[in-house]
Amino acid sequence: MSTTTTASPNEAKLWGGGKSPFNVEYGKLMMWYFLMSDAFTFGAFLISYGTVRFSTNGWPNSNEVFRSFPFAPEGVHAPLVFVSVMTFILIVSSVTMVLAVHAGHNMDKKGVVRNMILTIIGGIAFLSCQAWEWNHLFHEGAWWGRNPFLNADGTASSTNFTNFFFTITGFHGFHVFSGVVINIIMLIMTLMDKFEQRGHYLMIEKAGLYWHFVDLVWVFVFTIFYLL
Amino acid sequence: MSHSHNADANHEANNAAAISEIKKVTIILSVLTLIELVLGFWMMGIASESLRLAIKGVIVILMMAKAFYIVAYFMHLKHEVKNLIMTIIVPLLLFVWFIGAFLWDGGSFRNLRNSYDPYFKAQSTIKVEKKESKHGGTTHEVAPAAEKH
Repeated sequence: MSTTTTASPNEAKLWGGGKSPFNVEYGKLMMWYFLMSDAFTFGAFLISYGTVRFSTNGWPNSNEVFRSFPFAPEGVHAPLVFVSVMTFILIVSSVTMVLAVHAGHNMDKKGVVRNMILTIIGGIAFLSCQAWEWNHLFHEGAWWGRNPFLNADGTASSTNFTNFFFTITGFHGFHVFSGVVINIIMLIMTLMDKFEQRGHYLMIEKAGLYWHFVDLVWVFVFTIFYLL
Repeated sequence: MSHSHNADANHEANNAAAISEIKKVTIILSVLTLIELVLGFWMMGIASESLRLAIKGVIVILMMAKAFYIVAYFMHLKHEVKNLIMTIIVPLLLFVWFIGAFLWDGGSFRNLRNSYDPYFKAQSTIKVEKKESKHGGTTHEVAPAAEKH
Protein backbone atom coordinates (compact mmCIF):
# COMPACT_ATOMS: atom_id res chain seq x y z
CA MET A 1 0.00 0.00 0.00
CA SER A 2 1.41 3.30 -1.02
CA THR A 3 1.42 5.77 1.83
CA THR A 4 2.57 8.86 -0.05
CA THR A 5 -1.00 10.14 -0.31
CA THR A 6 -1.54 10.17 3.43
CA ALA A 7 0.57 13.28 4.02
CA SER A 8 -1.32 15.69 6.21
CA PRO A 9 -2.49 18.98 4.67
CA ASN A 10 0.11 20.87 6.68
CA GLU A 11 2.90 19.08 4.90
CA ALA A 12 1.36 19.33 1.45
CA LYS A 13 3.06 21.90 -0.71
CA LEU A 14 0.10 22.78 -2.91
CA TRP A 15 1.03 24.38 -6.23
CA GLY A 16 4.64 24.06 -5.18
CA GLY A 17 4.46 27.32 -3.27
CA GLY A 18 3.22 28.05 0.20
CA LYS A 19 -0.08 26.69 1.39
CA SER A 20 -3.08 27.37 -0.86
CA PRO A 21 -5.17 29.95 0.92
CA PHE A 22 -8.46 28.83 -0.64
CA ASN A 23 -7.80 25.10 -1.03
CA VAL A 24 -9.67 24.92 -4.37
CA GLU A 25 -8.49 24.43 -7.90
CA TYR A 26 -7.87 27.56 -9.98
CA GLY A 27 -10.69 26.95 -12.47
CA LYS A 28 -13.22 26.40 -9.72
CA LEU A 29 -12.21 29.62 -7.97
CA MET A 30 -12.56 31.54 -11.22
CA MET A 31 -15.98 29.94 -11.80
CA TRP A 32 -17.03 31.32 -8.42
CA TYR A 33 -15.87 34.80 -9.36
CA PHE A 34 -17.59 34.59 -12.72
CA LEU A 35 -20.80 33.57 -10.99
CA MET A 36 -20.44 36.47 -8.60
CA SER A 37 -20.23 38.89 -11.53
CA ASP A 38 -23.22 37.17 -13.14
CA ALA A 39 -25.12 37.57 -9.87
CA PHE A 40 -24.57 41.32 -10.18
CA THR A 41 -25.83 41.28 -13.77
CA PHE A 42 -29.05 39.53 -12.80
CA GLY A 43 -29.27 41.63 -9.66
CA ALA A 44 -29.09 44.79 -11.77
CA PHE A 45 -31.87 43.50 -14.04
CA LEU A 46 -34.15 42.57 -11.18
CA ILE A 47 -33.47 45.75 -9.22
CA SER A 48 -34.24 47.90 -12.26
CA TYR A 49 -37.51 45.96 -12.58
CA GLY A 50 -38.22 46.72 -8.91
CA THR A 51 -37.32 50.39 -9.32
CA VAL A 52 -39.64 50.84 -12.30
CA ARG A 53 -42.42 48.97 -10.54
CA PHE A 54 -42.00 51.13 -7.44
CA SER A 55 -42.16 54.29 -9.55
CA THR A 56 -45.43 53.27 -11.26
CA ASN A 57 -48.93 53.57 -9.83
CA GLY A 58 -50.44 50.41 -11.33
CA TRP A 59 -49.01 47.07 -12.34
CA PRO A 60 -50.57 43.99 -14.02
CA ASN A 61 -51.64 41.16 -11.77
CA SER A 62 -49.33 38.22 -12.48
CA ASN A 63 -52.13 35.78 -11.64
CA GLU A 64 -54.18 37.15 -14.52
CA VAL A 65 -51.26 37.16 -16.95
CA PHE A 66 -49.65 33.78 -16.23
CA ARG A 67 -52.66 31.54 -15.91
CA SER A 68 -52.39 29.10 -18.82
CA PHE A 69 -50.84 25.70 -19.20
CA PRO A 70 -50.44 23.32 -22.15
CA PHE A 71 -53.50 21.36 -23.25
CA ALA A 72 -55.71 23.49 -21.00
CA PRO A 73 -59.40 23.24 -21.93
CA GLU A 74 -60.94 26.42 -23.30
CA GLY A 75 -61.61 28.98 -20.59
CA VAL A 76 -59.83 27.10 -17.80
CA HIS A 77 -57.41 29.35 -15.93
CA ALA A 78 -54.91 28.05 -13.44
CA PRO A 79 -52.53 30.71 -12.19
CA LEU A 80 -49.19 29.54 -10.76
CA VAL A 81 -49.69 25.93 -11.87
CA PHE A 82 -47.46 25.87 -14.94
CA VAL A 83 -44.70 27.91 -13.34
CA SER A 84 -44.68 25.57 -10.32
CA VAL A 85 -44.04 22.68 -12.70
CA MET A 86 -41.14 24.63 -14.24
CA THR A 87 -39.74 25.39 -10.79
CA PHE A 88 -39.83 21.76 -9.72
CA ILE A 89 -38.22 20.64 -12.98
CA LEU A 90 -35.30 22.97 -12.28
CA ILE A 91 -34.98 21.87 -8.64
CA VAL A 92 -34.95 18.21 -9.65
CA SER A 93 -32.35 18.83 -12.34
CA SER A 94 -30.24 20.61 -9.72
CA VAL A 95 -30.47 17.53 -7.49
CA THR A 96 -29.39 15.20 -10.30
CA MET A 97 -26.47 17.57 -10.94
CA VAL A 98 -25.39 17.27 -7.27
CA LEU A 99 -25.61 13.50 -7.64
CA ALA A 100 -23.42 13.65 -10.77
CA VAL A 101 -20.81 15.70 -8.88
CA HIS A 102 -21.02 13.22 -6.02
CA ALA A 103 -20.54 10.28 -8.39
CA GLY A 104 -17.55 12.13 -9.84
CA HIS A 105 -15.96 12.30 -6.38
CA ASN A 106 -16.19 8.51 -6.25
CA MET A 107 -14.78 8.14 -9.78
CA ASP A 108 -18.05 6.43 -10.64
CA LYS A 109 -18.26 7.00 -14.38
CA LYS A 110 -21.61 5.25 -14.79
CA GLY A 111 -23.20 7.40 -12.07
CA VAL A 112 -21.84 10.59 -13.65
CA VAL A 113 -23.19 9.63 -17.07
CA ARG A 114 -26.62 8.67 -15.75
CA ASN A 115 -27.06 11.84 -13.68
CA MET A 116 -25.67 14.12 -16.39
CA ILE A 117 -28.23 12.69 -18.83
CA LEU A 118 -31.02 13.31 -16.31
CA THR A 119 -29.78 16.87 -15.74
CA ILE A 120 -29.71 17.55 -19.48
CA ILE A 121 -33.24 16.18 -19.84
CA GLY A 122 -34.38 18.45 -17.00
CA GLY A 123 -32.77 21.46 -18.66
CA ILE A 124 -34.38 20.70 -22.00
CA ALA A 125 -37.75 20.17 -20.30
CA PHE A 126 -37.45 23.56 -18.61
CA LEU A 127 -36.54 25.26 -21.89
CA SER A 128 -39.50 23.60 -23.61
CA CYS A 129 -41.85 24.89 -20.90
CA GLN A 130 -40.43 28.37 -21.29
CA ALA A 131 -40.74 28.21 -25.08
CA TRP A 132 -44.38 27.21 -24.71
CA GLU A 133 -45.07 30.06 -22.29
CA TRP A 134 -43.36 32.66 -24.49
CA ASN A 135 -45.24 31.41 -27.52
CA HIS A 136 -48.52 31.53 -25.63
CA LEU A 137 -47.91 35.08 -24.38
CA PHE A 138 -46.84 36.15 -27.86
CA HIS A 139 -50.14 34.91 -29.26
CA GLU A 140 -51.97 36.84 -26.58
CA GLY A 141 -50.32 39.93 -27.99
CA ALA A 142 -47.48 40.33 -25.51
CA TRP A 143 -43.95 41.02 -26.73
CA TRP A 144 -41.22 43.61 -26.33
CA GLY A 145 -42.97 46.92 -26.86
CA ARG A 146 -46.48 45.44 -26.75
CA ASN A 147 -48.54 44.85 -23.62
CA PRO A 148 -52.11 43.61 -23.98
CA PHE A 149 -52.61 43.33 -20.21
CA LEU A 150 -54.24 45.94 -18.02
CA ASN A 151 -53.11 46.93 -14.57
CA ALA A 152 -54.66 45.06 -11.66
CA ASP A 153 -56.93 48.07 -10.97
CA GLY A 154 -58.18 48.21 -14.58
CA THR A 155 -56.11 51.19 -15.71
CA ALA A 156 -53.91 51.17 -18.80
CA SER A 157 -50.53 49.55 -18.33
CA SER A 158 -47.22 50.53 -19.90
CA THR A 159 -44.95 48.22 -21.86
CA ASN A 160 -42.50 48.12 -18.95
CA PHE A 161 -44.12 44.94 -17.70
CA THR A 162 -43.63 42.88 -20.86
CA ASN A 163 -40.23 44.42 -21.63
CA PHE A 164 -38.87 43.38 -18.26
CA PHE A 165 -40.54 39.98 -18.35
CA PHE A 166 -39.16 38.98 -21.75
CA THR A 167 -35.73 40.48 -21.15
CA ILE A 168 -35.15 38.87 -17.76
CA THR A 169 -36.71 35.45 -18.40
CA GLY A 170 -35.00 35.51 -21.80
CA PHE A 171 -31.62 36.20 -20.25
CA HIS A 172 -32.23 33.44 -17.72
CA GLY A 173 -33.43 31.08 -20.44
CA PHE A 174 -30.27 31.77 -22.40
CA HIS A 175 -28.26 30.83 -19.30
CA VAL A 176 -30.23 27.58 -19.07
CA PHE A 177 -29.50 26.95 -22.73
CA SER A 178 -25.76 27.57 -22.20
CA GLY A 179 -25.89 25.28 -19.17
CA VAL A 180 -27.46 22.49 -21.22
CA VAL A 181 -24.76 22.91 -23.89
CA ILE A 182 -22.02 22.83 -21.23
CA ASN A 183 -23.58 19.75 -19.65
CA ILE A 184 -23.76 17.99 -23.02
CA ILE A 185 -20.06 18.75 -23.58
CA MET A 186 -19.29 17.37 -20.10
CA LEU A 187 -21.31 14.25 -20.89
CA ILE A 188 -19.38 13.69 -24.11
CA MET A 189 -16.05 14.23 -22.32
CA THR A 190 -17.12 11.72 -19.66
CA LEU A 191 -18.10 9.17 -22.29
CA MET A 192 -14.71 9.69 -23.99
CA ASP A 193 -13.01 8.86 -20.66
CA LYS A 194 -11.34 12.29 -20.55
CA PHE A 195 -11.86 12.58 -16.81
CA GLU A 196 -10.82 8.98 -16.13
CA GLN A 197 -7.52 9.83 -17.85
CA ARG A 198 -7.13 13.01 -15.82
CA GLY A 199 -7.87 11.10 -12.66
CA HIS A 200 -10.52 13.53 -11.43
CA TYR A 201 -13.97 14.85 -12.32
CA LEU A 202 -13.34 18.50 -11.37
CA MET A 203 -14.86 19.72 -14.64
CA ILE A 204 -18.19 18.21 -13.60
CA GLU A 205 -17.98 20.23 -10.39
CA LYS A 206 -17.42 23.46 -12.32
CA ALA A 207 -20.27 22.74 -14.70
CA GLY A 208 -22.32 21.88 -11.60
CA LEU A 209 -21.59 25.27 -10.02
CA TYR A 210 -22.85 26.99 -13.15
CA TRP A 211 -25.97 24.81 -13.28
CA HIS A 212 -26.83 25.47 -9.64
CA PHE A 213 -26.38 29.18 -10.24
CA VAL A 214 -28.95 28.99 -13.05
CA ASP A 215 -31.33 27.29 -10.61
CA LEU A 216 -30.53 29.96 -8.01
CA VAL A 217 -31.40 32.76 -10.43
CA TRP A 218 -34.70 31.06 -11.24
CA VAL A 219 -35.54 31.06 -7.51
CA PHE A 220 -35.38 34.86 -7.66
CA VAL A 221 -37.00 35.31 -11.08
CA PHE A 222 -39.84 32.95 -10.20
CA THR A 223 -40.55 34.68 -6.89
CA ILE A 224 -40.29 38.21 -8.20
CA PHE A 225 -42.27 37.82 -11.42
CA TYR A 226 -44.87 35.23 -10.49
CA LEU A 227 -45.44 35.58 -6.75
CA LEU A 228 -44.78 39.18 -5.72
CA MET B 1 -4.17 -3.76 4.81
CA SER B 2 -6.00 -2.71 7.92
CA HIS B 3 -5.16 0.86 7.09
CA SER B 4 -6.79 0.68 3.65
CA HIS B 5 -9.77 -1.11 5.12
CA ASN B 6 -10.20 1.75 7.59
CA ALA B 7 -9.99 4.27 4.78
CA ASP B 8 -12.67 2.39 2.87
CA ALA B 9 -14.98 2.39 5.88
CA ASN B 10 -14.33 6.09 6.31
CA HIS B 11 -15.08 6.69 2.67
CA GLU B 12 -18.33 4.74 2.95
CA ALA B 13 -19.38 6.80 5.96
CA ASN B 14 -18.57 10.05 4.12
CA ASN B 15 -20.53 8.81 1.15
CA ALA B 16 -23.61 8.03 3.22
CA ALA B 17 -23.36 11.42 4.96
CA ALA B 18 -23.12 13.25 1.62
CA ILE B 19 -26.10 11.41 0.18
CA SER B 20 -28.24 12.04 3.24
CA GLU B 21 -27.29 15.74 3.10
CA ILE B 22 -28.41 15.90 -0.55
CA LYS B 23 -31.70 14.23 0.36
CA LYS B 24 -32.26 16.58 3.26
CA VAL B 25 -31.61 19.71 1.20
CA THR B 26 -33.86 18.43 -1.61
CA ILE B 27 -36.71 18.00 0.85
CA ILE B 28 -36.10 21.43 2.39
CA LEU B 29 -36.09 23.13 -1.02
CA SER B 30 -39.29 21.35 -2.09
CA VAL B 31 -41.08 22.20 1.14
CA LEU B 32 -40.02 25.87 0.97
CA THR B 33 -41.26 26.05 -2.64
CA LEU B 34 -44.56 24.46 -1.66
CA ILE B 35 -45.02 26.96 1.17
CA GLU B 36 -44.29 29.79 -1.28
CA LEU B 37 -46.91 28.44 -3.67
CA VAL B 38 -49.51 28.00 -0.91
CA LEU B 39 -48.89 31.60 0.15
CA GLY B 40 -49.18 32.69 -3.49
CA PHE B 41 -52.54 30.93 -3.89
CA TRP B 42 -53.76 32.29 -0.56
CA MET B 43 -52.76 35.82 -1.53
CA MET B 44 -55.00 35.75 -4.63
CA GLY B 45 -58.13 36.02 -2.51
CA ILE B 46 -56.85 38.69 -0.15
CA ALA B 47 -57.77 42.31 -0.73
CA SER B 48 -56.14 43.89 2.31
CA GLU B 49 -53.03 45.68 1.09
CA SER B 50 -51.13 45.45 4.38
CA LEU B 51 -51.76 41.71 4.73
CA ARG B 52 -50.61 41.19 1.15
CA LEU B 53 -47.45 43.13 1.93
CA ALA B 54 -46.83 40.94 4.99
CA ILE B 55 -47.25 37.76 2.93
CA LYS B 56 -44.89 39.15 0.30
CA GLY B 57 -42.35 39.76 3.07
CA VAL B 58 -42.64 36.12 4.15
CA ILE B 59 -42.21 34.96 0.53
CA VAL B 60 -39.03 37.04 0.21
CA ILE B 61 -37.66 35.47 3.40
CA LEU B 62 -38.44 31.98 2.05
CA MET B 63 -36.73 32.95 -1.21
CA MET B 64 -33.58 33.94 0.68
CA ALA B 65 -33.70 30.65 2.60
CA LYS B 66 -33.87 28.70 -0.66
CA ALA B 67 -30.95 30.71 -2.03
CA PHE B 68 -28.98 29.91 1.12
CA TYR B 69 -29.57 26.16 0.84
CA ILE B 70 -28.66 26.07 -2.85
CA VAL B 71 -25.45 28.05 -2.39
CA ALA B 72 -24.38 26.48 0.91
CA TYR B 73 -25.07 22.81 0.13
CA PHE B 74 -25.59 22.26 -3.60
CA MET B 75 -22.79 24.65 -4.52
CA HIS B 76 -20.87 23.40 -1.52
CA LEU B 77 -19.83 26.86 -0.36
CA LYS B 78 -20.44 25.99 3.29
CA HIS B 79 -17.70 23.36 3.17
CA GLU B 80 -15.12 25.65 1.58
CA VAL B 81 -12.32 27.50 3.35
CA LYS B 82 -13.52 30.55 5.25
CA ASN B 83 -11.35 32.94 3.20
CA LEU B 84 -13.05 31.75 0.02
CA ILE B 85 -16.51 32.15 1.53
CA MET B 86 -15.65 35.71 2.51
CA THR B 87 -14.39 36.72 -0.94
CA ILE B 88 -17.76 35.64 -2.35
CA ILE B 89 -20.11 36.87 0.36
CA VAL B 90 -18.57 40.24 1.27
CA PRO B 91 -18.83 41.74 -2.26
CA LEU B 92 -22.42 40.54 -2.44
CA LEU B 93 -23.19 42.76 0.55
CA LEU B 94 -23.28 45.58 -2.02
CA PHE B 95 -26.76 44.30 -2.78
CA VAL B 96 -27.99 45.64 0.57
CA TRP B 97 -27.26 49.17 -0.61
CA PHE B 98 -28.16 48.37 -4.21
CA ILE B 99 -31.69 47.14 -3.43
CA GLY B 100 -32.44 49.69 -0.73
CA ALA B 101 -31.23 52.73 -2.64
CA PHE B 102 -32.88 51.89 -5.94
CA LEU B 103 -36.27 50.85 -4.57
CA TRP B 104 -36.30 53.99 -2.44
CA ASP B 105 -35.44 55.99 -5.54
CA GLY B 106 -38.29 54.36 -7.46
CA GLY B 107 -40.78 55.14 -4.70
CA SER B 108 -39.56 58.70 -4.47
CA PHE B 109 -39.94 59.15 -8.24
CA ARG B 110 -43.55 57.93 -8.01
CA ASN B 111 -44.28 60.45 -5.24
CA LEU B 112 -42.73 63.26 -7.25
CA ARG B 113 -44.74 62.39 -10.33
CA ASN B 114 -47.98 62.03 -8.40
CA SER B 115 -47.37 65.42 -6.79
CA TYR B 116 -46.18 67.42 -9.76
CA ASP B 117 -47.33 65.59 -12.91
CA PRO B 118 -51.13 65.89 -13.21
CA TYR B 119 -51.12 63.81 -16.40
CA PHE B 120 -49.34 60.91 -14.66
CA LYS B 121 -51.76 61.07 -11.76
CA ALA B 122 -54.83 61.24 -14.02
CA GLN B 123 -53.63 58.38 -16.19
CA SER B 124 -53.53 56.03 -13.24
CA THR B 125 -57.15 56.72 -12.33
CA ILE B 126 -58.78 56.31 -15.77
CA LYS B 127 -60.13 52.82 -16.08
CA VAL B 128 -59.90 51.19 -19.48
CA GLU B 129 -63.10 49.72 -20.89
CA LYS B 130 -62.56 46.04 -21.23
CA LYS B 131 -63.89 44.15 -24.21
CA GLU B 132 -63.56 40.43 -23.60
CA SER B 133 -62.88 38.38 -26.68
CA LYS B 134 -62.19 34.68 -26.60
CA HIS B 135 -59.37 34.74 -29.15
CA GLY B 136 -56.48 37.11 -29.39
CA GLY B 137 -56.68 38.02 -25.72
CA THR B 138 -58.43 41.05 -24.38
CA THR B 139 -58.69 44.00 -26.67
CA HIS B 140 -59.40 47.24 -24.98
CA GLU B 141 -60.23 50.81 -25.75
CA VAL B 142 -57.40 52.87 -24.47
CA ALA B 143 -58.50 56.08 -22.90
CA PRO B 144 -57.37 58.90 -25.21
CA ALA B 145 -54.98 60.35 -22.68
CA ALA B 146 -53.31 57.06 -21.90
CA GLU B 147 -51.89 56.07 -25.26
CA LYS B 148 -48.82 58.24 -25.72
CA HIS B 149 -46.56 60.42 -23.70
